[in-house]
Order: sequence, then C-alpha cells, then structure tokens
Amino acid sequence: MTEWFQSLIGHGLGWFVATLILILMISLPLMLAVAMVIYGDRKIWAAMALRRGPNVVGPFGVLQSFADGLKVFLQEVIIPSAANKGLFLIAPIITFTVAQLAWAVIPFGKHMVLANINVGLLYILAISSIGVYGIIIAGWASNSKYPFYSAMRAAAQMVSYEVSIGFVLVTVVLWSGTFNLSGIVEAQRAHVFGIINGFGFNPLLFPMAVVFLISAMAETGRAPFDLTEAESELVAGYQTEYSSMVFALYWLGEYANVLLMCALNAVLFWGGWLPPIDWAPLYHIPGIVWLFIKVLAFFFVFSWVKATVPRYRYDQLMRLGWKIFLPLSLFWVFLVSGYLMITRYGV
Amino acid sequence: MATSYETLTPEEAKSAGEIAIANYTINFGPQHPAAHGVLRMVMELDGEIVERVDPHVGLLHRGTEKLIEYKTYLQALPYFDRLDYCSPLAMEHSYVLAIEKLLGIEVPERAMYLRVLFAELTRICNHMLNLGSHVMDVGAMTPNLWFFEVREDCLNFFERASGARMHAAWFRPGGVHQDVPLKLLTDIGDWLDGRMIELFEDALSLVADNRIFKQRNVDIAVVSKEDAVKWGFSGPMIRGSGIPWDLRKSQPYDVYDRMEFDVPVGTKGDCYDRFMVRCEEVRQSARIIKQCIRDMPEGPIASLDRKVVPPLRGEMKQSMEALIHHFKLYTEGFHVPEGDIYVATESPKGEFGVYLVADGTNKPYRCKIRPTAFSHLQAMDFMMKGHMLADTTAVLGAMDIVFGECDR
Repeated sequence: MTEWFQSLIGHGLGWFVATLILILMISLPLMLAVAMVIYGDRKIWAAMALRRGPNVVGPFGVLQSFADGLKVFLQEVIIPSAANKGLFLIAPIITFTVAQLAWAVIPFGKHMVLANINVGLLYILAISSIGVYGIIIAGWASNSKYPFYSAMRAAAQMVSYEVSIGFVLVTVVLWSGTFNLSGIVEAQRAHVFGIINGFGFNPLLFPMAVVFLISAMAETGRAPFDLTEAESELVAGYQTEYSSMVFALYWLGEYANVLLMCALNAVLFWGGWLPPIDWAPLYHIPGIVWLFIKVLAFFFVFSWVKATVPRYRYDQLMRLGWKIFLPLSLFWVFLVSGYLMITRYGV
Repeated sequence: MATSYETLTPEEAKSAGEIAIANYTINFGPQHPAAHGVLRMVMELDGEIVERVDPHVGLLHRGTEKLIEYKTYLQALPYFDRLDYCSPLAMEHSYVLAIEKLLGIEVPERAMYLRVLFAELTRICNHMLNLGSHVMDVGAMTPNLWFFEVREDCLNFFERASGARMHAAWFRPGGVHQDVPLKLLTDIGDWLDGRMIELFEDALSLVADNRIFKQRNVDIAVVSKEDAVKWGFSGPMIRGSGIPWDLRKSQPYDVYDRMEFDVPVGTKGDCYDRFMVRCEEVRQSARIIKQCIRDMPEGPIASLDRKVVPPLRGEMKQSMEALIHHFKLYTEGFHVPEGDIYVATESPKGEFGVYLVADGTNKPYRCKIRPTAFSHLQAMDFMMKGHMLADTTAVLGAMDIVFGECDR
C-alpha cells in the first residue's frame, strides 16, 4: 500500500498518507474491539456472578458500551477546583495514547505489522513504562488523598512487575535470538517436537509464560492486583476525581492495555498468528484469526481471574513481585541461557 | 548524635538534617464504598501503615430509644426491625422476650418453635450478607452475589410467613403474628438440603481455601481471649477469639434448650477465624432449623391471654368480648406492670440486649438498646494498630457492623 501511495503522490507524502491510514486501520478497530471487550468482560463477569449483565441496549446488550460512551460524552467535565488543571487533563490523554502506541509493533500476521522494527520488544517495554505516568500524574494533579495513595501504589507496583517482565522477555529473546516481534513469532514455528508452534509448549519456557501472564495482570492493574483502583480501600483510586470523557479515556486505555497484554502473551509464548500445530491445512485460516482467538482466550482468563480472586494487599503484592517473581525469572534466565549454550554451541 | 531517628523531636530532626514527615490523615467514610453504611473513621497513616483509627459514629442516629417511649409496646415493635436491618427478626426477639417476661405470660410451644426457626433463618440471612461483604471488602466480587442468592431465598421465606421481606414485625409479645403454612416449612427443609447448601458451599469454596483470601485475613487483627472480654465483644467476635460464649447455650430462651447444636470457636482470634466461625454457624443454624421443623407441635401460635394478644378474626364476628379486646389492644394497647428487665438474645452479630423499664402504663418508660456493633467498633483502634490501610476493610468486614443498630 505504501508503494501505491508513493507512486501516486510522491515518496514522502505517499509514505505519510499510507502510514496514517495504517494507523487508523489499527486504532479504530482497536477502539471497537475495546468496546466489545468491555461488553464481553461484563457478560463473563455477570455469568460467573449468576447475573444477566447488560441485556437491554441492542440485541443481547451488545451496544451497551456505545451507549455508555455516548453517555460519558454528553456529560460535563468536572475539574476539581484544587486540581492542577493542565496536568489533570493531560494524564488521561497519556494513558489513552500510550495504550495505543504499543500496538504499532504487534504483528497481526505475516508482514501485517505497522512498524516492523528490530527492537520491537524494547519499544514495548519503553512504552509500557511511560504508561504509569498517566496514573501518577492523575494521582498528583487531582490534589486529593485517595488518588494520591493510588498513584504511589501504581508507581511501586508497575516498576516492580516490569522488572520481572523484563527478565521473562530476556528468556524469550535468548531463545528466538531477536528483539523483532515478527522474528519471535517465526522462531516459534514447529518449536516443540517439530510440530507444535509456541514457546509456551516448551517445558523450559512454560513457567515463564505463567509468570508473564500474572505479571501482565499486575502491569495492567487487573484483579487480583487492582490495588490502584481498589474500591474497598481507595474508593476509585486515581480515577476518583475524574468524570465524563476524561474518565472514559482511562477506561478505554485500561482495556486497550489489557488487550495489548493478551496480544503480547499470544505473540511471545503461544505462537502469535501461527496456528497451534504446524500442519498445512491450518495455515489456510488467516493468521489474524489465530491471533484473535488467542487474544480472546487470554482475555477470558483475565475476566475469569477478575471474577474469582480477592485482592492482594500492598506489601503482599510487593513480596510476590520482588521475592518470588524476580528471583524466579532471574534464575530462569540462567537456566535458559545455560541450556542454549550447551545445546546450540557446545560447552 | 546517639539518639535514633525515631526519638528525635521534629526540631532536632530538622537541625540534624532529617526531614520530619508528618503522618497522613485520611477520612475513611462516611461516603466510602467499604464503610458498611455511614461509618466515618479518621485515620492517621504512616505510609500505608495505620497509626490511629478514630471511628465516628452517630451519623445514622434516629432517636429510636426516645421514639419508643412515645409508642405503645406493640407500636414500638417495628422500630426493632429497623435497627439491624440485616437481621430484623433477631432484633424483635429480644424485645418481645423482654415484654413477655415483664407480663409473665406463657408462650405456646408452636410459637416458640416458630420463633427459633425464624431467628435461625435470620441468622443465615445475616451471615450471608456479612460473609459476602467481608469477601467483597478484600476484593472478590463473585461470592458475594452467590451468597445473595441464598439471602434472597431467606427474604422470600420471610415474605411468605409475614408478608414483608425485611421488616417483618412478625414476632409479637405472646407469640408470633400469624401461623405459617405447612408448605412453607417443607420448602424451607428442602431448601436447606438442596439449593441453600449448594450455593453456600460453592461460594465458600471460592474463598475459604483461597491463598489470597487467607493472606488477607489470617493474623489480621488478632484479639486474645482476655482482650475480647475486656472490649466487651460478643457473638462471632468473641467466639472467634476462642471463648465459647453463646447466649443460646448459656441462658437459653424459647426452645433453644431442646436444640442440639455446636458452638464453633476460633483458635487464633484473627479475621479468618471470625469468618470461619460465621460459616460454621450457618451450618449449625441449618441444623437447628431442621430440628425445629421435625419437632414443631400443632397448636396455637400465640398466647391465649386476650389482654395481650388480639383475638382471631373469626372470633371477633361472634363474640362481643373479642371485639372489645381487639379494639382496646389496637387503640390503647396493653399495660405492662411496673418493673424493669434486661433481656439479651444471641443475635447473629452478638449479644443484642433490651433494657426495658415499665411504669405500669401502655408505653415503655425507657427502652435502652444494647447494640452489638458499638462495643465491637470501640476496639477498632486497638485492632487496627500497626496494620495496613487495606486491612481496615478486612477488619470491618469481619466485625459485621450495621449502623442502624449501632447508632440506633
């Protein structure tokens, strides 16, 4: 597509227009997916709680998210008089933007990636580190006590779990030999017994897949790590002072982040757009469908966990991150690199 | 300087180059999702560590005790439903027992069995709400709604017995207001063996052995036996600390002396023990209800003393005397002989007492209500010391407070 535009309106402008269209092609369906996923989340949660969930707006309530969106859109933006107005408004924008930025490097299929950069994984780490600023700034700018507590918790929580996520990613990178996400997916082709696609099926990497899944929940602030918006402690956490559209930005951003983490789970450990088994007929199904199925499966796990477990306390969350996940993932980096040294290069 | 950082005064610390950090004071409630109503707690926090908790009560004060002084004995009864609105019948129980003792009237057996049955059903109803909200306070949303299914069934049973789901006003001085159909009793029996125990155990299996739930509750707010007595705990709070104190056993009222049931006690006195004591109490309540249904005799459901209990409708059509009784009871009410009495029953939340002073008229001279939550709440500071902000909700949840009762 880029070439076609470039031939039509010149090299520079053509690239610009094509990229812009591609960005829209990712971010608009993403927002649509987020709306549907919020609906799905509520339905799953409701089913587990013996409730019906949204069932009024549209058939089976599928339009509920859009109705909610319209509602918040029509509401007044309330800015607390004691808040720092500029930062108060910038914070949700940061969260919302950052949640979409990372999607640039996610491969949806073979050659279906907006930016096929070689340091894709590092890019994702960098972007997700920025994400926490949205919450910290919100907590500080609200000039209110509960959001402030939430911001402090968020800062500590996200930093702690990013450390172990980093080491988990190192094991994946060691095995695949590349930081490029498409390359990582390709490295998983016929990974186990020459027939199963996905690092997650490798017994040596499976524990890391689990650690990554749990860390992903902590990173996105989902239950049981939803301390930043713990209703029974901090009312609504950093969102306490937010209303209307600025609140909706957090909402959308949070779910876009959850989807991103589901996609990362799929891409890093479960073969991304590859079918689970390296068998020719399965490749007739487009790769994006496989990725979609995997993302939805992980999203179901996220919802399931949210509906089931209680919430960690702040110190317990820290203990899990620093005393269990960090040593475990660090040890696994040694284990994986040692194994690779022996099997690939000899001692 | 030899003194450690902790012993420095702020001025000294400043001169020593230290920055003295003041504690953070936070308002927990009265508008807080986990404050269980309108509790306001002024908390002093050092980071996330709670240094001091100052519970402010009285935001739901409705002057019940004073209002009762201006109502006849029967008119005052519905106020008790509205004290602990999570276990209305248990509140009525103390009150009607107090009046009966002052009047010295006999209550027929069937009425006593019915009262025990519905008091225990109320206990299940109350514990469902409390267990659910305790679990929700530590972050798990789903079990709460499962418990609510059971609670909903309980409320339906109340409705079938009395016509009202919550504020039943069904226990009356001298017995109960109206008889229950046999089908209701058999339905309750079937429900206990089927739907209730299934839903209850299923919901419990989500949390009781859950590692996170245990981490959040075990060793939180440990209260020793001595402390539990000193702070005036009762009900599951004192039993959680290991003291088998249950008014149904120690000073049985109605037909509790004929019932066979165990009193569960905790071993450690932490929030988890209190939670588990309540769980076991639900099972024991089911046991009591089954015994009630099995042993319940036929007969009148209220005393035949027409100076206290109104006559039947049919009787009123035939007998002038009955009509006069009815008229007198619903206009003037009955007179209670001079005297004072304290009656306490084992409400689901603990010892709920009524101190009634009668001056021989048709209205109580004074009605002092001894709420359970008040004495539990006063220990909040003692229980919370050194714990974290997040533990506040677990402690509150395990305390089982309802402000209708606490603030009266």
